[in-house]
Order: sequence, then C-alpha cells, then structure tokens
Amino acid sequence: MTLARRILACVETESARLKSGPQDHRGDSGDPAELAGHLCQEGADELVVIETRAAQGGRTAFLELVRRLAAQLPIPLTAGGGIHSIADARAVLRAGADRVMVNSAAVRAPQLIDELSAEFGAESLVLAVDARRVADAWEVFFRGGQEATGRDAVAWAREGSERGAGEILVTALDRKGTRDGYDTALTAAVSAQVSVPVTASGGAGTPDDFLAAFTEGRADAAMAASIFHHGDVSIRNLKQYLDSRGVLVRI
Amino acid sequence: MRITLIDVGATNLPSVERAFQHLGAATERATVPEQIAAATALVLPGAGRLGAVMRALDAQQLLEPIREALARKTPFLGIGPGMHALYEASDEEPPQAGFAVFAGHVLPLPENAQCPHLGWNQLQQVRPGRLLRGLSEKAWFYFAHTAAAPAAQESPATSRRVLEMRPSGAKAVEHPASSVAVCRHGGAFVAAAEIEKVFAVQFRPEKSGDAGLDVLRNFLEAAR
Repeated sequence: MTLARRILACVETESARLKSGPQDHRGDSGDPAELAGHLCQEGADELVVIETRAAQGGRTAFLELVRRLAAQLPIPLTAGGGIHSIADARAVLRAGADRVMVNSAAVRAPQLIDELSAEFGAESLVLAVDARRVADAWEVFFRGGQEATGRDAVAWAREGSERGAGEILVTALDRKGTRDGYDTALTAAVSAQVSVPVTASGGAGTPDDFLAAFTEGRADAAMAASIFHHGDVSIRNLKQYLDSRGVLVRI
Repeated sequence: MRITLIDVGATNLPSVERAFQHLGAATERATVPEQIAAATALVLPGAGRLGAVMRALDAQQLLEPIREALARKTPFLGIGPGMHALYEASDEEPPQAGFAVFAGHVLPLPENAQCPHLGWNQLQQVRPGRLLRGLSEKAWFYFAHTAAAPAAQESPATSRRVLEMRPSGAKAVEHPASSVAVCRHGGAFVAAAEIEKVFAVQFRPEKSGDAGLDVLRNFLEAAR
C-alpha cells in the first residue's frame, strides 16, 4: 500500500471559457465542464483549472465554473488564477475547489503562503513555481511567465514548502507546449529540496515523458493539458503503460 | 432518508452534499442545535485542523447537541477532521479534545512520511465492518491530511515534541475495536473506523470516485 503517482489534467480558462493560444493547436473546444467530465472518465486523478483573466473581470465567471466542476466531479479539483488573499482563496474553496493554487501573489508577498496554510491547511494549498533555465540553474518568472524575478526556482520552491505550501507545481516554461518532454532535472532538483509532493508540468508529449518525470524527475505527479484535451495521449492508455513499466498508478 | 450535514463553514461541505444527493438522499445543512436534535443521520465534513472545527462547533453551540445525538446513537459519519473529532483528542498543534467515541489520539503524521499525505492510496481491511462492505482491496481512495490516528498494531512513530506532550507513563495509542481499515504512510494509520452506528473515514469519500460513493452508499444503508 503506497501512494500512487498521479496524472493531473490541466485546463486553462479565459473568463471561464476554454483558453486558446499559440500552443493550443485546435482552438476553443467549448465548455470546460464538458472537457473536465471527459478527462475524469478517462482516469485523471485530479483536475487543475487555471483562470488566466481573473484580474481582468473573469473572477465571477470563474467561481461559477468552479462551483459547476466541483458539483460534477468525483475527483479532487485544484483551482488557481488571481488568488491574492485569504478572501480570494476562501471564495474559491467555498465554491468547491479542494485546493487553491498561488503563484505571482506569493512571489510578491511570500507571507501569503504562511497565512493561507494556517487558515486552510497545507493540504489545501499548492504553490505554482514557473521557471526558465538560466545557465546551470533555473530562475523564477511570474506574471504569466513574462517577468523575471532574479530568484532561484529551487530555493523558492523550498521556501514555499517551508512556509506551508502542501504541494509544489513546477512548470518549465521553456518546455511548455513543445511536447519535447518534461524538464526532469528541474523536478528532480526540487524534489530533493522539499518534503512535500512535487508535480511536473511543461513539455509532456508522449507516455515515455511521463515515465521519465516519475523516474529521473522523481515527481509525485505529472500534469499535462492539450495532449489530453485532444486525445493525443489517452489518460487511460497512459496509465496502463506506466503500470506495465512498474509505476504505481490508480487503475 | 435525510442526511443532516453539520455546517460550520467546512469548504468541502458542498461536495459531500452533492455526493449524497447523487445517491438519492435528501440533505439539509444544520447550523443550529434544534436541527442536530431532530436529525436522523448526521455527517460532519471538515477541512483543516480539528481545533478550528471544534471551535466553530462551540461558537454555534453545537458541541452539546452533538454529544447528545451520539449518546442517543444517531447514525454519524465523520470525514477527515470530522473523524478526528470522534477520538479522545488530536495532538496536532494546537492540541484539541474530541468527543471520545473512539479510544486514542490523533497524531501528526510521522516525521519519516511525506507531509501532507496527499493523493490516492489503498486500504487494508483489518476487521469486517459495514462501511467497506463490498469494496475491493484494490480500491483507491483520495487522502489529503497532515494527521491521523495511528493503528493499533504498530507503535506510532511520533515526533519527540508529541511524546513530551503526553502525560508521563501513558502507553502507546490503542484502537482495539473501532479500526476497520488501515492505510500506510510512514506507519499504519486508521483509514476507516466504526463502532455501532458511528462511522469515520480519513479519506475524502466525496472525492474518491466510485469507491468513495460506495462508502457513502454503505453509510446510507447502515443509517436506515
């Protein structure tokens, strides 16, 4: 009896509609809730929904989407996007999310992590760390990956876990959307420094990429978005493959 | 079949409510003593620390009505911190007394275990019970917690600080009759417990897919 490695399905939204962008090859597929239901059926262990326009008026629609998703999904839901305060987090959790994710707001004010953890429990809080490789290390970028912080990503992840984040989501911005594989060196470096679960994100393209995330990358969970949405990788087949390669997964 | 959900603002209450409704049960949210007194089946969902849950129950004057309902043998299901509330106490900071239906304490997860215990894990049934009737040993359940009641068959791997808090001479935690299934994370802890019509689960049944719904269905059956 041990914890299974988790496969997380990510859905990015713009004012609660599916987001389309340069890295999404086929555009808006419609209602996020319909997609979420499909991903759950396919065997996703958790759904992560990220609202990219919370600060630009998307918050109310997003809360409504969280409510609908939470009502419909019998698997855990993590929600993020524009969470800057205990009040923001409470609204998202009360809407039905099991966990909230913070990113830029925590970079600007790290004590937010301590406050959210004290209020809602470490198990309700994920710190998203967006990183770009710089020489031999990785630097934290925030505000949607646009702005450099000068901060070391691995050290920031460690600080976040010590302040009370119950999980670290590590995104390799350089890999995001490329389908060239996760940055396993990054996740392994973070895993070595933190005592909380680590989720790999950015670059998944094939089932072998997930295998690498769990082996070389030492990740506890691996997240992907568009490859799951459009059926390029079936979560069901992925889990069968991982199982056949000796990775403990929920099937 | 009416399920009364004790409502002190737990963030997972809507999901638990939805799951029971999905199974065909009528539900209500109880915030005042009269509702607890009139309930025919009670559920205490929770998120976070037991201390916060018990303080909130106290603030709404629900502690005594719950004690009375338990004494009347009203069917009761505690989830997560709602489970912790049924033990004698939780030693997770800050220490908090519970309703003492189940013997023993809830402790922080052992230091050798990744904390929180977060994700899907499996159970080992240690004695027959109603809550897990019909469930496969291969079933997966979702856990998200930082404390648990250690199982009887192993000494708890407690931190030095917790040992210091114990009155001197106290022996290791015992859960003779109530533990139905254990899970392992660092050491074995109680994943499901029951005594007569009082049931408790450490995992989140409303977020554990079909297996979780089966557990809730079993509670509905037992509560009739």
